[in-house]
Amino acid sequence: MKLYLKYDHAKTYKALLTEQFEALALGFTLHGLGEVELSKPLSSVERESLTKALQRYGIEIIADQKTALVQRIKEAIHEMLHDEQANLLKVSAYLADKLAYSYAYLSTIFSEATYMSIENFVILKKVDRVKSLMANTDLTLTEIAFKLNYSSVAHLSGQFKKTTGLTPSAFQKIIARRKSLNLNTL
Amino acid sequence: MALEKLILFLADDDEDDRLMFQEAIDEVKIQTELITFHNGKALMDALAKKDCRQPHMIFLDLNMPVKNGMQCLKEIKMMPALADLPIAIYSTSSSEEDIDATFHHGANIYINKPNTFGQLKQVVEKVLQLNWQYQTSNLNRDTFLFRI
Repeated sequence: MKLYLKYDHAKTYKALLTEQFEALALGFTLHGLGEVELSKPLSSVERESLTKALQRYGIEIIADQKTALVQRIKEAIHEMLHDEQANLLKVSAYLADKLAYSYAYLSTIFSEATYMSIENFVILKKVDRVKSLMANTDLTLTEIAFKLNYSSVAHLSGQFKKTTGLTPSAFQKIIARRKSLNLNTL
Repeated sequence: MALEKLILFLADDDEDDRLMFQEAIDEVKIQTELITFHNGKALMDALAKKDCRQPHMIFLDLNMPVKNGMQCLKEIKMMPALADLPIAIYSTSSSEEDIDATFHHGANIYINKPNTFGQLKQVVEKVLQLNWQYQTSNLNRDTFLFRI
């Protein structure tokens, strides 16, 4: 049989890091957004065991500051899109406030590292969320548009089509068909 | 989570198409290394080798002699080590039937081969940007579906 799982990214992340840091007896505070503050500096042995422990989960300690900042921008966007109130703010104001850098600086660093503008990344993330809600919940497109603060279903559909090249209904058909193919091979 | 270089595999029996693709990729800012195969069987043989470097993405032409793109797609999706690897179909076919069938069997991106070099460059750039984001951001792989 097959089970379909849905998980809370933030919770998984928190629980996993807490476990790993406690296992190595390291004093720490989680700041969210991929940032951990340690109560004292790491010895090289500790750094090595921590790197190894986190590697198994696909988590990497970022050495270079710019990459770290890009990762924090991505995490902040992720949080913003999941927070129904923050969702109403402008991305530029939200990021500048959250990360304490000017938006111009953040946007330059981001495009240099990811080859994509912050604006396009936000659209990609939003559409990704729409896709995930369509694939894993019974919400209608209208409900999804409302939940994610789109001004209308037409706006959502338009952005979806422009970003993915597929209409929401074509997407839904593919997902349904894939699920049934998977079920049939059992 | 910076990636140094995207390693890409392309299987296409048309030599000119392979050359054009290489040129387009060379002009895109993202650092890549493209390894090409002249049919599906050559690709599958390479993937089956133990010491084969795993690509970050595979581009598959649909109509190829010996082993076509659809067969490759099905075989790759059956291989546990490769099942999560993003697959882009790169074909002249714009038949809805072909497109649906590849998506149903796990393709992530369907690209209609563009007519001009300029368009090809744009398309390649978009696909690489998307794939880059799927490698480095927290996006849902199971809904990684685009038609370009």
